[in-house]
Amino acid sequence: MEKKKFDWKKITGSREMSLVIVLIVLCVFVQIRNSSFLTGETLEDMFRNYAVIFILALGMMCVLLTGGIDISIGSTLAFSGMAAGLVMRDYMIPTPVSFLLSMAIGAGLGLVIGVVITKGKVPPIVCTLGFMNIYRGLTYLIAKSQWVAAYQFTDSFKNFALTKYLGFGIVNNMIAVTIYCYIIFFVVMKWTTVGRRVYAVGSNAEAAAVSGININHVKMGVYTLMGFLCGLGGSLWTSLYKSAQGDMATGIEMDVIAACVVGGVSLTGGRGSVVGVFLGSLTIAIIGKALPLIGVSQFWQSAIKGLIILVAVVLNVLAQRTMDKNNLKRREM
Amino acid sequence: MKKKVLSVLLAASMISALLAGCGSTPAQTDAPAAEEAAPAEEEAAPAEAASAEEAPAAEGEAAAAGEGTFALVTKSAGNPYNEREAAGFEEAMKAMGYSDSQIIIRHPESATADAQITTINELISQNVSAIAIAANDMDALQPVCEQAASQGIKIISLDSTVNAASRMTHVNQAGTQIIGQTLMDAVKDLAGGEGQWAILSATSQASNQNAWIAAMKEVMEGEDYAGLELVEVAYGDDEYQKSVDQTQALLTNYPDLKVICAPTTVGIMAAAGVLQDKNSEVKLTGLGLPSEMADYIGTDNVCPYMYLWNPIDVGRLGAYTSVALVNGDITGAAGETFTAGEMGGYEIVEASDGGTEIIVGPPFAFTPENIDEWKSVY
Amino acid sequence: MATKLGRTIIAEQPFSWKTFFLKWEWLLVILFLGINVMNASLSEYYLSGAGLFNATNSFLEKAFVALPMAYILVLGDIDISVGSTACLSAVMLAYFYNLGVPMGLCIVICLLTGTICGAINGLILTKFTELAPMIVTLGTQILYRGIAEAMLGDEARGGLSNVKWFSNLYWGKVGIIPIMLICFVVCAVVFGFVLHKTFFGRRLYAIGANKLAAEYAGIKVQKIRMIVFTLTGTFAAVTAIFLAARMGSTRADIATGYELEAIAMAVLGGFSTDGGKGKFPGLILAIFIVGMLRYGLGLINIASQFMLVVIGALLIITVMLPNIKSMFKIKKKA
Repeated sequence: MEKKKFDWKKITGSREMSLVIVLIVLCVFVQIRNSSFLTGETLEDMFRNYAVIFILALGMMCVLLTGGIDISIGSTLAFSGMAAGLVMRDYMIPTPVSFLLSMAIGAGLGLVIGVVITKGKVPPIVCTLGFMNIYRGLTYLIAKSQWVAAYQFTDSFKNFALTKYLGFGIVNNMIAVTIYCYIIFFVVMKWTTVGRRVYAVGSNAEAAAVSGININHVKMGVYTLMGFLCGLGGSLWTSLYKSAQGDMATGIEMDVIAACVVGGVSLTGGRGSVVGVFLGSLTIAIIGKALPLIGVSQFWQSAIKGLIILVAVVLNVLAQRTMDKNNLKRREM
Repeated sequence: MKKKVLSVLLAASMISALLAGCGSTPAQTDAPAAEEAAPAEEEAAPAEAASAEEAPAAEGEAAAAGEGTFALVTKSAGNPYNEREAAGFEEAMKAMGYSDSQIIIRHPESATADAQITTINELISQNVSAIAIAANDMDALQPVCEQAASQGIKIISLDSTVNAASRMTHVNQAGTQIIGQTLMDAVKDLAGGEGQWAILSATSQASNQNAWIAAMKEVMEGEDYAGLELVEVAYGDDEYQKSVDQTQALLTNYPDLKVICAPTTVGIMAAAGVLQDKNSEVKLTGLGLPSEMADYIGTDNVCPYMYLWNPIDVGRLGAYTSVALVNGDITGAAGETFTAGEMGGYEIVEASDGGTEIIVGPPFAFTPENIDEWKSVY
Repeated sequence: MATKLGRTIIAEQPFSWKTFFLKWEWLLVILFLGINVMNASLSEYYLSGAGLFNATNSFLEKAFVALPMAYILVLGDIDISVGSTACLSAVMLAYFYNLGVPMGLCIVICLLTGTICGAINGLILTKFTELAPMIVTLGTQILYRGIAEAMLGDEARGGLSNVKWFSNLYWGKVGIIPIMLICFVVCAVVFGFVLHKTFFGRRLYAIGANKLAAEYAGIKVQKIRMIVFTLTGTFAAVTAIFLAARMGSTRADIATGYELEAIAMAVLGGFSTDGGKGKFPGLILAIFIVGMLRYGLGLINIASQFMLVVIGALLIITVMLPNIKSMFKIKKKA
């Protein structure tokens, strides 16, 4: 019994190893081309710029775990960020209130999606495709096609992305928020019943239902959570860039989904880990940050990005296959 | 029960959204933008607003409303610059005595030529008299423009041109050569005469940006600019995150960099944020919206000064040009002159692409002195 | 096999008006009529004969890629790289045209490019069956558009409208009927026939309903998936040809978002993303519903911000409607 458990751990560990190896190769290569890559400043920039993708990937992981998908996140982020930005412009609310407001709006938007998917039985990809359009249109409408400019935000809000008070003076606030999210998700997904329920719904919905889990509640929960994180992302985004625009975060859903899948989250549900999602997001962040640094022609950058994603995903499968083979061999012995 | 009510409510709210969308007429839809623009202008640009105020009264009585419908197609929805341009267009049309139903303003769904073609097709079906287009792609609109022209619709471009074959004339916010010269002078000034500098552009195929960059490169060949070294043209694709990444990469790759020039509103904003966060010594200039850049403009700040033109004026002159073409006052040939209401007289000149154009004026400099006045205008 | 087939036919035999009218397609017919009535009453320009035919020009080029997308959805797969495939194919066409290659050959190159792109998707998906099609095509989506960007550099490739016959593929008409509409009708009939009247089509449904069972029944699942993904690439290239004819020039951002529009059309037409469901007439109706709605709203110059909301709401509500009904039924029984 003991031994079996140990093996299982080893396998999950080494499945993510394939990604770690890809990452190390990538970093070494970039570092050779440009020695300023692995410096504190560049890395801090990287984690700060990609904090939103890191955080959204956690929510997306939960959605994917239940076998769903959410491609409306860019629009949800824009709507909640814009709404909070408008309120700040008109009423100069304190920063924490703005964050809470944005998160509440995001959670509300996510809940609507969850309700339509579970009660209206609309397939997740169709439902979120529709809401992607609806929320984006509404974002333009509430903003009357205006942007909220830097001078219209309060100083404390703009300084949020620059100061370190949430990170105990060691790391930047943006990075601190990311770290807290990852710690919470790691604990919840691994050691609580809530986390196990999400996995259960994704890996075998019928079995989960029989064992007394309310599938609809879990599904509604993950979409609301996704919306909540989009709201958080909306605030982080506007404070980082000091500007709220109607078209912000367009297309971010593809980066986030790519981060999850590169990190080993299965699109059919039930498989994926917080560590994997971290590594996947890190891959996307490194690609985005490193490509301009290594002197590749501007025009080739997105082609290379696509290629790296494909290679990472295929390598992941190959690693999985060899592991399965080894596993079988061990069993035969 | 609860679930039933919930789903019914949800459906109802969506249907009502649907109906709200269908029910509104074009005049209503476009009204908010115009209403908003007008007061803002009165506050901040007193001189101009005053002249605009008088104009409708005088013009409205003199010229009884003409026939026909006039359309403006901007680059895309959700961008304040385009909204201002549209506001200017509408204001000038009304000043000439045209009614709401004769003015059509369309912001395509996305900033692509594809969306604009669809929009222009729909305008052709409505038998409009003239279409003014801020083109997302120079050549891609040619077939649809020819289609429109064959039905007697007058086509002009404004802000961003269509190719010479597709238009009667182009309302150019500022001459390409002048923009190139102005930006190069700014770069030279900020660099202190010599040193490394870089450009942060929009997408690699943005026609306006590429024309300006080409003009800058041409100017740079002059002896006065021999000390300047253009190290890289980076493309931020007008996406915030990518522009930020590209700016940070420029700073890391070229430690001796002195100036970044960003001739695009998104790029300059992203670059300004990066430079301010890093307390960088690198100076920034380019073309930017005053409202977005207000925080960064200052003598000791990242951007000592930058340029743009007044999109309201571009829209206005677009309207006057459309009307003059429809009325037969001009044909779009070089050398013709016409009066654009309160804006005064304009002459049509040869453009470098073989067509003709009307130049609104030189680019306007936004400095620490005047930025507070302009930041609430656009 | 024969008895099984016979049984299902018998099960469907008793004709009832109720089930006939509760079919998904009728909902679409009603929607289609409703939208046309609405458009006609809102805009005086809508019902002019030539105008209606012109209207089809504003959305049909996207519809070509919705045809094979329906096949992909029947299989239970998805392909989000079609927009990028179309972009790369169009860029290849313009690239070679500007090198002096005759237009006829350029079209062949374009179709070949699309086919190869589709085949690459298919190859990866069939060699690594563990991979979800969503992620593979997401990767190729970025890759194909990236290649197009790299080929173009900092300029757009144009001049295509100098070739009159090529430009006429999109803009030309036979009488008052646009050439593109004729091409589309031919393609749609062929696709519909193949899906509903041939063994190949029935196999698609079998795979979509239960992949494992289909495999045990001797259907070469991976071979068929390979064919369908390649076909999708080819038709993305067909879209690219019409798109290039429409614009006369290409750039790296064309056809962005076509994949989602194609999927939306197919789903509205009754094809489920879970596979195994959907009928072709529904797809055709859905294509025209979305297209005509957009055109009609365009004629009354509705703000495009509203347009986004309306199209999104239409998609969700239509897909949700039958379920609301069934929800009530279940409630009553309980």
